Amino acid sequence: MSRRDFLRSAAGVALGGALLGSRALASGIPVKNRKVVVITFGGGARDQETFAPEGQVNIPHLMGELIPQSSFFTQVVNRGILGHYVATASLATGVYETINNFASLPPEHPTVFEYFRKDRRRPASDTWVVAPSNGFNRIGESSHRSYGAGLGAQVILPKHLLTAALSGGHSEYQHLLRDNYETPFYAPELGGSEVELEQLERILNLSVEDFKGHARTLSSPDELSVYVVRQLMRQEAPSLLWITMHDIDVAHAGAYSLYVEGVRRTDRLCAEVWKIIQTEPEYAGKTTLFILPDFGRDSDEDSGGNGFQHHRTGDAPSRTTWMLALGAGVRENVVFDRPMESTDLVPTIGAILDFSPSLAQGKPISELA
Amino acid sequence: MLPRDLKAEHFNRYPAEARKLVTDYLVALQALPLSFVPNLLREAIDYDFKFPAERRALERELANLQSLIAPRSTEHSPEHAAERSSEQPQEWFRGFAQIKLSPQLEQMDWVNSPAQFVEQLSTHLWATHQLDAFRKAATEYADRLHAVVPLEPPPIPRLGIAVIGQGVSAYDEPLFRKLRPHGGYFSRVKPEGGLRLLLNAIAARAQAHPIPYGHWYVDGGEEAEHFPALTCVSYHALEPVRSALLRKMRTEIAEPGMGPEALRTLLAQMNPVELGLGPAGDPVLDRFRVKLLTEGSGTQIFSTTFVQWTAREALRRAQPCTLLVRFAPRQRQKPMNELISEKEDETELDPHGSLMDADMGAYYNWINQQRLSGADQSSFLVWFENHNEAVAIGPSMPRATESSTPTDLRELLSLIT
Repeated sequence: MSRRDFLRSAAGVALGGALLGSRALASGIPVKNRKVVVITFGGGARDQETFAPEGQVNIPHLMGELIPQSSFFTQVVNRGILGHYVATASLATGVYETINNFASLPPEHPTVFEYFRKDRRRPASDTWVVAPSNGFNRIGESSHRSYGAGLGAQVILPKHLLTAALSGGHSEYQHLLRDNYETPFYAPELGGSEVELEQLERILNLSVEDFKGHARTLSSPDELSVYVVRQLMRQEAPSLLWITMHDIDVAHAGAYSLYVEGVRRTDRLCAEVWKIIQTEPEYAGKTTLFILPDFGRDSDEDSGGNGFQHHRTGDAPSRTTWMLALGAGVRENVVFDRPMESTDLVPTIGAILDFSPSLAQGKPISELA
Repeated sequence: MLPRDLKAEHFNRYPAEARKLVTDYLVALQALPLSFVPNLLREAIDYDFKFPAERRALERELANLQSLIAPRSTEHSPEHAAERSSEQPQEWFRGFAQIKLSPQLEQMDWVNSPAQFVEQLSTHLWATHQLDAFRKAATEYADRLHAVVPLEPPPIPRLGIAVIGQGVSAYDEPLFRKLRPHGGYFSRVKPEGGLRLLLNAIAARAQAHPIPYGHWYVDGGEEAEHFPALTCVSYHALEPVRSALLRKMRTEIAEPGMGPEALRTLLAQMNPVELGLGPAGDPVLDRFRVKLLTEGSGTQIFSTTFVQWTAREALRRAQPCTLLVRFAPRQRQKPMNELISEKEDETELDPHGSLMDADMGAYYNWINQQRLSGADQSSFLVWFENHNEAVAIGPSMPRATESSTPTDLRELLSLIT
């Protein structure tokens, strides 16, 4: 069975292009009320452990709950650098960024947050990024001279926040403080505009003790991120919210069971975010949710790699993933086979939220925008 | 500097045998593109510490290049296969020659630091969207090379064995799902004395066919008693080396200016003595052991990763005729910063997670074995240790079959070898 066939059968839904044409569904919601949430299903998952027949057991929530409500795009190709920070930056700018994946640097091209805020004259509180590690602290705002300073998203790094909240003896929380898996022994020094501890109470309406107490009940950094997302949606209700999941990237340690456990957890957390969207009055009925991996992982067959462990070969499976779109303005229960690029996301969000990402390389996805 | 500027004295810092090797083929190296040469030198600089199979492969590759570049000077050489192929050197390296390099790369000391160059080259290829072009050039080169310099067949058909699931008393999920389509699944294997039987079997092969680094035993825990002529690597025996390495990493990370790339470079330059392996050891094997820990990702932390990576590297480099790997329970996952601390907490194990790791690891072992020459005659056996399940793969074993007939490991081995 080809990739195209199993993805289509996994969805078990109509073939969108053939039956429906490529026109987007009118949402009927005034653009000023529309919201967009993006989740990167990360970092990096392969078909074998997700939508391929043998992998579907790992994503029961995507398969059973989300796909039937989604437009499912089966061929999203990332032609850029396959490092998590630089790839996420590329998703957020619509341009294949070439910044050092392991340095604390801003993207070089304007981000989706800057386009949105500048064109729509939105305040900083209307765009937020919740990101996994210190290395992502500059993701919200580019170094581009026409955008950049003061136009970016607020970035919240839940693990950094927890570290600050612990302020001393934190052995109970060590399992939440891992920075990243590609260079596990490093946590870049922070130099961006991350939320400071005192903002925990002001923005998230959480006391340090409550935050620490809840963190104690969580098993992973991504769970902590979703907890923060829920608070953020209740307290700030941003129009554009970007959530970067990262537990899956434990695969770099080479333990297959931990990688699969990460996939299963991310599947559950995506459904949890969708549930929050449907139940929070500020979001219900007016939000479009995008879920996509930043890229895949190396295939078992490429001798240059070591299978699921890394994403270093640049082979087709490591570059080719999928995307789910669901919610306002999205047709339900359809699959689209045509290839698209990960840089198409920003122009698509631009069409939904009515801003012009003039420097993005991608094109709006006609089935959504 | 470009390859055309190479002189023999540029290699003065190479180990003795490596220096002789590259200077013997200097004319060929001078004629090759910069996007290609450091990859070759990265292998050549370690020539003194390479396994016999890799040495021979490198010698044959260089001889082929020489015959391509300067056919007259090698006309009496036994290795001038490319000359017979009538292909021009430009055809072999057109793809590499079209790769655009930066001045910074050209200015690097790629002769003495070829590995660092290759790392920087990789970054450059990703950033300039030339990775696919480089992959294509490399694949085409390898195909041409194998066409005129075929891989050496193994002296005897290869046998790979994976023993998985140590410490697991019961497991309900189906095992060997990826391997079953390639061989026979046996559900009533007598487990008694299984490990000893397998160790004896590989010992018999080693005795019958004494080949340097030709018969390996890799253990994710403490190695069992084994025939001394086997090449043995175990996670347990390398515990002091792993501790020394992690201590060294902690120290270096604290140094100002240290970053991921610098740390990787530093690790790549570490030698066995620095990590506590005595000078009296086997220099080739000790260097191999150190590289498992300094170049592998997760090998310092998880024994299952260590075993899988060791098997991969042993197959890729030493190309053994026999490889028995035994996975052992790895430690429960902890955050990396806790794992590299010096806490003396009692290690908690994760036998079930380790079984899943090992099931996938065994599949990777088989894939890596099948990448070697003689794949159509190779055999593979995976066994759930102390349990009744096994899969046997071999040229005479029907694929995707199942058997519930009582059997034992000796019989399974006889079916596939």
